[in-house]
Amino acid sequence: MNDKVHLDHEHVRDLLTAMLRIRRFEEKCFELYQSEKIRGFMHLYDGEEAVSVGVIEALEPKDAIVATYREHGQALARGIEMNALMAELYGKQEGCCRGRGGSMHVFDRATRFYGGNAIVGGGLPLAVGTALGDKMLGRSAITACFFGDGAVDEGSFHESMNLASLWKLPVLFVCENNLYSMGMALERAEAETHIARKAAGYSVASAAVDGMDVVAVEVAARRAIAQIHATSTPYLLECQTYRFRAHSMFDAQLYRTKPEIETWRKKDPVRQLQAWLEQSGMLHADEITGIEADIAAEVGAAVAFAEAGTWEPVEELERFTIMDRVPQ
Amino acid sequence: MSAATGTPAPRRMTYREACKQAIRAAILADPRVFLMGEDVARYGGCYAVTKGLAAELGEARIRDTPLSENGYVGAGIGAAIAGMRPIVEIMTVNFSLLALDQIVNSAATIPHMSGGQFAVPLVIRMATGAGLQLAAQHSHSLEGWYAHVPGLKILAPATVEDARHMLQPALDDPNPVLIFEHVMLYNREDELEPSITGVDIVSAKIRRPGRDITLVTHGGMLFKTLEAAAVLHEEGIEAEVIDLRVLRPLDMATILGSVARTRRVVIVDEGWKSGSLSAEVAARIADEAFYELDAPIRRVCSREVPIPYSAHLEKAALPQTPAIVAMARGLVKGG
Amino acid sequence: MTEFRMPSLGADMEAGTLVEWLVKPGDRVKRGSVVAVVETQKGAIEIEIFNDGLVSEIVVPVGGRVPVGTVLARLDGPAITPAQAAPPSLPPPLPAAAPPPAPPPSVPIVPIATAAPSRQPASPAARRLAGERGIDIQRLRGTGAGGAVTVADVEAAAPTVPGGETGRRRAGFDPAAMRQAIAAAMSRSKREIPHYYLSQTVEISGALARLERVNRERLPPDRILPAAFFLRAIALAMAKTPELNGFWEEGRFRPGDSVHIGWAIALRGGGLVAPAIRDADHRSLDELMASMRDLVLRARSAGLRSSELSDPTVTVTSLGDRGAETVLPIIYPPQVAMIGIGRIVTRPWVVNGAIEPRPVVTITLAGDHRASDGHRGGVLLAEIDRLLQEAETL
Repeated sequence: MNDKVHLDHEHVRDLLTAMLRIRRFEEKCFELYQSEKIRGFMHLYDGEEAVSVGVIEALEPKDAIVATYREHGQALARGIEMNALMAELYGKQEGCCRGRGGSMHVFDRATRFYGGNAIVGGGLPLAVGTALGDKMLGRSAITACFFGDGAVDEGSFHESMNLASLWKLPVLFVCENNLYSMGMALERAEAETHIARKAAGYSVASAAVDGMDVVAVEVAARRAIAQIHATSTPYLLECQTYRFRAHSMFDAQLYRTKPEIETWRKKDPVRQLQAWLEQSGMLHADEITGIEADIAAEVGAAVAFAEAGTWEPVEELERFTIMDRVPQ
Repeated sequence: MSAATGTPAPRRMTYREACKQAIRAAILADPRVFLMGEDVARYGGCYAVTKGLAAELGEARIRDTPLSENGYVGAGIGAAIAGMRPIVEIMTVNFSLLALDQIVNSAATIPHMSGGQFAVPLVIRMATGAGLQLAAQHSHSLEGWYAHVPGLKILAPATVEDARHMLQPALDDPNPVLIFEHVMLYNREDELEPSITGVDIVSAKIRRPGRDITLVTHGGMLFKTLEAAAVLHEEGIEAEVIDLRVLRPLDMATILGSVARTRRVVIVDEGWKSGSLSAEVAARIADEAFYELDAPIRRVCSREVPIPYSAHLEKAALPQTPAIVAMARGLVKGG
Repeated sequence: MTEFRMPSLGADMEAGTLVEWLVKPGDRVKRGSVVAVVETQKGAIEIEIFNDGLVSEIVVPVGGRVPVGTVLARLDGPAITPAQAAPPSLPPPLPAAAPPPAPPPSVPIVPIATAAPSRQPASPAARRLAGERGIDIQRLRGTGAGGAVTVADVEAAAPTVPGGETGRRRAGFDPAAMRQAIAAAMSRSKREIPHYYLSQTVEISGALARLERVNRERLPPDRILPAAFFLRAIALAMAKTPELNGFWEEGRFRPGDSVHIGWAIALRGGGLVAPAIRDADHRSLDELMASMRDLVLRARSAGLRSSELSDPTVTVTSLGDRGAETVLPIIYPPQVAMIGIGRIVTRPWVVNGAIEPRPVVTITLAGDHRASDGHRGGVLLAEIDRLLQEAETL
């Protein structure tokens, strides 16, 4: 396990590309939603990209991921194809879940991506279970479990932290603390607002990190994962971040102020990294233009793929309600 | 083994012992199977089903959990998806409500929602039903609620044979299977026929044939219903008793076949009437066998109250044999 | 020119009120600019624009409340990102599998004649039996629950006539009378109608594969039978061949108003009826299958409506899996065509120059030469063949 981050040219290019792919993909989603190509609830990750990119950069293919309904970032960072993700948002059968899950329920067997969970806190017990299963089957994999600050209010957070610690399970709990559970501000919901501190009650190691700094997140995640492997215990990593856009699409944002949003926008993880890379000469402006062009082409292709996609035949509606076998 | 004949002799055992043997055999047969729940290991199980198993099989396979129903049921789902075959025990159906989120929102939905990428091969066992004066938070029969949910399979073993043999096919099933064990059955003894080594988890069973009326029931109510059939026989009425065994999906072919012969039906269910499993069975009979019916479809269910502590009130709240007899007699003899 | 429309911010948003324009005509806007504020039931929301351009016209003034999709403003100048065409106009495309129009509601059939205000209660099974035996249930005394007439009461009132079944009459279909009716109709057909016959053997491995897939997770009562598949192809093909869909009356052809397929059903006591599946060309596979099941059930329990027997514009007979390979049907007058479906058999079939065993079925057409010629009949069979080859879309 390598817990060091080598900021060579290739690595920083990858980090920036990964975040830009999420940002541009979601900008397109925002537009497609308003023209009714995408429906249902859709929660954008704008501002939080450094968290998923930083953490997933530190994972290995054997590891498992459990995410939330705001999981486009995790899905793309983990390597789910943009085409399949976009088609899923369109509800087409070429989507990663045949269009049955939509934005909030992305699953992918190939990358051990166990959702996409639209029940706040619903993923935490599942992550305890995948880690328990991996451990009992003698695998050395860990499970990275993403959840928001709202999930910390739920009993499942506390049950899961306790179970994982009690049973010494390899779970990396990643709290994406964006300060609001929908419209409920953290300090109005939690008596103890330092989420990382809560881990002590379960004898779980923890750290808080600037979730707007992708390098800091990756360093913290690598450190956490090394500790998980060394001690066979879970770890809670609180990533302090902010979503620039509304909770979901239909949200007048009456619960926070514009100056607050503007203050956080100055910490935009994508722009911060890009500016630093340009100033330090690690990435030339031309190269960034090239990255942007590649992503624009990829997003355009994903839209075309989704547009050309087909609807699952209605005869298939009940298929997989009851499974006839366990997929291998 | 009977040395004289070479054929295995029937063995008499309790329902509790049958449950225990089923768990033990399943764990010994497959390294992926383990059981977890509250006080299943050192305490030996709230109803003593797992007594002694932890010492034999180890505490990794018979795993005590903290009092975190939603947490450990969810962990069971995750472990199943990761490749294990967990058996999760919940002390009583009333406590399972703390895990309703994981059962209904995750276990039942993930296969369909993921487009068939993941199955949830999980078994959840729990006690159900009244009769031990445990009052309103330990006595309810809520299996009908779970039978409402697509994606789940619901079993209700009533006999020692089913208690012994339904677990293995439930574990072999790729879907989440909930097994409801009625608390009044654990001490019941019966012969276990050694030559029977397996049962299905798809069909209802006719426990007593009869031509005049069909009595449909399951779980703890089976034996009161069989008692009622014996009383009716004395009066010259031959009641056919169907043990549903599987509450979802319902084996309607067996029920409709019986109703087509007897033309009369009473459903006996310890659950309440309103919005219930008995209502579902009645509706399907009315839907699919209306022109076969020679009398209204009737039900004998629990009174619509939380089950009380006091013995006489508890008894009054639950379906009893005389009520089943009276209901059936009225349909057959008129008046 | 680009149109800027009232966006849809959620499935539950139907309309919005424009409370503020942040741009005016002549202003230059960029993709991502906030251009307006819209009041919704969830509060005021700032609205972004997705194109660069020059605002040329404000269409909806401040205070205007308009539905989602309404043009709010127009922009001059092309959208700068070529991949991002103007938002497509509303409404969004319907799913390809949009349900066809619902069939006309069917009237429930209760085989009982009278419904007096204080009528004698009777069980459903007793009512059916009384109907079959022509017994007036009102004059019986009930011994069942609530004083209802039971099957036993009906049986007591009318003991089975010695000689068994011969004394019983199925309500609606008297076997002897039916034989007479069939004799008359078929004699007339052979006497008056100059039949021509065409046949086409159709390879159906694709159709059977689709069926297999559709049926895979269904229980037997819900499965689709091959006959429903053939019926769907026939119905669609008939809709394209109106010359064969209708009646020969008073020396001339009168086209049917729609494709109502008479589905020939053999009755258990002998005889045949062919009640209509109305508007068969507008029914999905599932609906056709349900109609077929319903008709068979009702035909055999004497529950058909008279209109169902007079409605068909064409009749189809299928011999099923125990029938002969080919059927040469006789047209039911005044219809002008009848289609026969033989048994599905496996036969050598040439595929890409090699011989392979393939499932085939022979579909035959009997046409009335007064109303149509063999050419039209050939077109119909060819179309049925073509549709069955494209089973995935059927």
